[in-house]
Amino acid sequence: MAQTDLGAVTRSGPGRVLIAVYAIFAVGATSRSAVQIGTRFDEAPLPYLLSAFAAMVYVLATVCLARGSRASRRIAVASCVVELLGVLIIGTVSVVLPEAFPDATVWSSFGRGYLYIPLVLPVLGLWWLRATRPR
Amino acid sequence: MPEILPTVLIVAMLIAAGLTLIPLVRDRPVGMPLIGGLVLIELGLLALTVLALINLSDTDRDVAGVTFVAYLVGSLLVLPIAGAWARAERSRWGSGVLLIACLVLPVLIVRMNQIWDGHGAN
Repeated sequence: MAQTDLGAVTRSGPGRVLIAVYAIFAVGATSRSAVQIGTRFDEAPLPYLLSAFAAMVYVLATVCLARGSRASRRIAVASCVVELLGVLIIGTVSVVLPEAFPDATVWSSFGRGYLYIPLVLPVLGLWWLRATRPR
Repeated sequence: MPEILPTVLIVAMLIAAGLTLIPLVRDRPVGMPLIGGLVLIELGLLALTVLALINLSDTDRDVAGVTFVAYLVGSLLVLPIAGAWARAERSRWGSGVLLIACLVLPVLIVRMNQIWDGHGAN
């Protein structure tokens, strides 16, 4: 399958909606993180750095899914894996050690504040990348 | 922040979200009448932005101005970008993109209200 076709396939059908939701999270997480770090970084440095990291991963996943080339799809897979690990690890830590998170991140409590979409999104991303992988 | 317009817009957005389900189920792109409705919602958001900016410039309270304006501007971008992104996919998934846009917008308006109210208290 040619690169351009692969990109079109990645962007088509469910991929269209998936990339749209990823884009919302990328923009939302990036702006929120910018405000946190810009206005009150000292209050909760660790959660705010984690928020910034999560934001970067969402941006990376969005761009790489939307490009849909072989190389960018590989980066998208890695982004989805990092997101899934992030939401599982940070989710667990935030429940077991709530005092470590004075302010919520997008991954706290497994993304409960965001309707658990942060937990579902990487799974759907990995499923879609697998469903459209070139044979 | 205007009193009634945000509520009217949220109701209109939720109705529009419901209406996108029809083409979504029938595996079609969103039809012209609903697109017209979305254009009206966009015009409503434009009016909200203008009124909210006037209120912001008039108020003596301590509102988180940058964040508030970012939400206003962001809300104006949602439907145009979603529309452009949905256009290329003439199936239920294109309608799905507009459904998500119609569900995100009420969240943005609720957050705008919270920013307007919450940060004014202190």
